[in-house]
Amino acid sequence: MDTRNGLLERDGEALFAGLMTVLAAKGIATPAEIAERIAITDAASPARGAAMVARAWTDPDYRALMLQSGTKAAEAMGITMRGAPPLGVLECTPEVHALVVCTLCSCYPRAVLGYPPFWFKSASYRARAVHDPRGLLAEFGTVLPQGTKIRVVDSTADYRWMVLPLRPAGTEGWDAERLAGLIREGDMIGVTQVRT
Amino acid sequence: MHDIGGISRFMCEPVDPTPHELTEFDRQVDALRQILGMKQIMSVDELRRNIESIPEAEYHRLTYYQRWIRAISASLLDKGVVSEAELRAAMEPR
Amino acid sequence: MLAPGTAVRVHDDWPETRGPCHIRTPYYVRGASGTVVRHLGDFHNPEDLAFARPAATLPLYHVRFDPAAIWPEGTAGDEIVIEIFEHWLDAA
Repeated sequence: MDTRNGLLERDGEALFAGLMTVLAAKGIATPAEIAERIAITDAASPARGAAMVARAWTDPDYRALMLQSGTKAAEAMGITMRGAPPLGVLECTPEVHALVVCTLCSCYPRAVLGYPPFWFKSASYRARAVHDPRGLLAEFGTVLPQGTKIRVVDSTADYRWMVLPLRPAGTEGWDAERLAGLIREGDMIGVTQVRT
Repeated sequence: MHDIGGISRFMCEPVDPTPHELTEFDRQVDALRQILGMKQIMSVDELRRNIESIPEAEYHRLTYYQRWIRAISASLLDKGVVSEAELRAAMEPR
Repeated sequence: MLAPGTAVRVHDDWPETRGPCHIRTPYYVRGASGTVVRHLGDFHNPEDLAFARPAATLPLYHVRFDPAAIWPEGTAGDEIVIEIFEHWLDAA
């Protein structure tokens, strides 16, 4: 990349402010549009994905829909998926544990989990998830039972992927809302497992 | 250099799992990227290509969203959406 | 269209060495053998989108690889599954 006589090497905040001055004058992007977009983006959080997972644990038809199309399952929860990349859902079973990474950049199921966490974007996570998944999981405190296989999904193109984790033992009879309270961001990427 | 799955350089580096709050700047840049995508002014692949074009030393020095704003700027300049003169003028202290 | 279960080989191609480009096929599976899991849909070729060129719509597949065939430390039975466009694949 040439640096346009140093222009591109200027401080990021100054570049943003300069670009916004020009883009607003051209009617391409205004501060009001930026504020609106931030509000919409901030509203997406792991609570959305957790509600989907909890419903899948308690409603077999919804579970089937979710595994067939994460996009449709998200829409069934009232989440707007129009304009968002297609969402795929990876099922964890007692035999196979699913883990999501994007080794090329930081593709993340933002519509249902919100902004990607810092660790997901880090070089060490991206490098190690495909090459040393067990060592990586151990760092997150996750030790899989002997014999469990790992399916690492490297999110390289047009889909975004979330994990449908295993329902923990000891939650029989719990309703979806109580179950959703157990489910954390990392459980839906596969770095952790849901615990009571 | 962006294509880092499994490379040895990062294999011994632990992952920092602590939450990092996004700054207002981070959110603004993220929002601008979305708007440019929705208006079909810059695709996510153009963003990625321009991030991949950042020299390696710079890439690791910049924060995540500093890379983005640099790549967005490069893309908009390349495509003539914004001219170098316009951007330079907007960044001059008044 | 490649059916689920089809054995494939990823092109051992390195366009990066020939000039500016944007490739969504990770380096670590170039030249590797895998198995088609399923067709995910058809999407615009990112290699053209990245340069704002007209981009053809191409089949995109989920392809499964054996990590033990990629890295010596890979665990037998584990899988790496990757989205790969058809123009990077040959039936093996």
